[in-house]
Amino acid sequence: MEILSSLENQNPTLYGKCCDRSVSADDEDDSVADLFDEREVFDLIRHIRDPEHPLSLEELHVVEVKGIMIDNVKNEVKVNFTPTIPHCSMALLIGLSIRVQLLRSLPARFKVSVVVSPNSHRSEADINKQLADKERVAAALENVNLIKVINDCIMPELTG
Amino acid sequence: MELLQTLKGHVGRVWHVSWNPEGNVLASCGEDKTIRLWWQESNDPFALGLKTILTDGHQRTIRSVGWSPCGQYLASASFDSTVAIWNKKSGQFECDVSLEGHENEVKSVAWSKSGQYLATCSRDKSVWIWETSDEEEYECAAVLNAHSQDVKKVVWHPHMDVVASASYDNTLKIFQCDVTECEWICASTLRSHESTVWSLDFDALGKRLVSCSDDQTVKVWQQYEPNNEFGIATPDNEAVWKCVCTIAGYHTRTIHDISWCHQTDLIATGCADDGIRIFKEADNSNINEPTFQQVVNYSSAHSQDVNTVLWNPVHRGILASCSDDGEIKIWKVKENIL
Repeated sequence: MEILSSLENQNPTLYGKCCDRSVSADDEDDSVADLFDEREVFDLIRHIRDPEHPLSLEELHVVEVKGIMIDNVKNEVKVNFTPTIPHCSMALLIGLSIRVQLLRSLPARFKVSVVVSPNSHRSEADINKQLADKERVAAALENVNLIKVINDCIMPELTG
Repeated sequence: MELLQTLKGHVGRVWHVSWNPEGNVLASCGEDKTIRLWWQESNDPFALGLKTILTDGHQRTIRSVGWSPCGQYLASASFDSTVAIWNKKSGQFECDVSLEGHENEVKSVAWSKSGQYLATCSRDKSVWIWETSDEEEYECAAVLNAHSQDVKKVVWHPHMDVVASASYDNTLKIFQCDVTECEWICASTLRSHESTVWSLDFDALGKRLVSCSDDQTVKVWQQYEPNNEFGIATPDNEAVWKCVCTIAGYHTRTIHDISWCHQTDLIATGCADDGIRIFKEADNSNINEPTFQQVVNYSSAHSQDVNTVLWNPVHRGILASCSDDGEIKIWKVKENIL
């Protein structure tokens, strides 16, 4: 993706990274039923890179543990993300990156919704509608140029 | 509802299935860019076997397939922006025509009952009408840019050269050939859904439409002709379509597809909550305010989203479905519901 000549948000607020998830004895015990929790979902997406900055979604507070909801009975995962500025043109791409990463990582039984946090973006309804349309998402993921940009966000350490 | 058969073979999501006019061959397509033809193998109409795999027709996902009324041709619509026509003339299905014109993903393709026209629709917001003269040549008869967003599905009227479309712009539209101008026009826009309309279907007479949406509702629409007995106004002496029933509270996610059985009048839905539901009009239903009852609620019909449901055109109570889980299922509805 082209580097924008002028960044939309030149001075994003930076936040610290949280510590790693503590591993308990039960995590290693195969006889204990181990449900997915919000922190595990967060760990799947916290490293995704912002398309505009060499910073992670965690560092920019675009995603936070408190914005994630998981229901292991209904098999539903909902992720709220908060663009750094309300006119961020990258919001759809960020949402798509989160959705793709979760589609690739979570078991297929989960119904994943990725939505803009309420009142955090001017085009909130449009972005949410596009991200919820699996036909549009499927077609977008067959676009080689777009999938490369998404992979760059999801796996910055692999694609450089 | 009883599961008769599970057809496995596709790799990845199965987007669509289509029965041939005789109801003994089911065509399916999906993410793996193949079309599979499942044939009736014996006298048992519901022991289908995979007999043909059509490949090399498309470069990307095949979103939908549709049979010509004569059963000799199969059309396929793809995200690669083309529509392929497969011809059975030689005994084998061969792709001998590719229709180009849409700017991006073609989402639906359907043949008119007369066999004279083919309708296609795309993310490029347009509906195209193709006219076929001797069924070998396809000429673009109209490019209809009436929708303001992606067009998800097109379906033809059961008897007339009238096509209805469903769109991401939350509306349905009706297109027909204006006799005096000899030109295809948008005759009606049907507004009531609050989000993307994914699919729609006519009833057996073509006087009613049913639609399903991302707003998790099903809506039934009634056509009122000029000078109708109910006193419904028809401006400019044109027929009007009115939403006469909203079926809400049953579906918990996007409803991806809907099929209105022309033999039994049952309405089946396929939902992103993995369920298949069947609705039946109540016995004492009023035509202007009909009521529908849920008669089947099969909550885990598939292990992932249901993408298509389709009644068999010949055999009563037989329903085909397909899903993101890669499977196609054939169902039989219990006699007491029919």
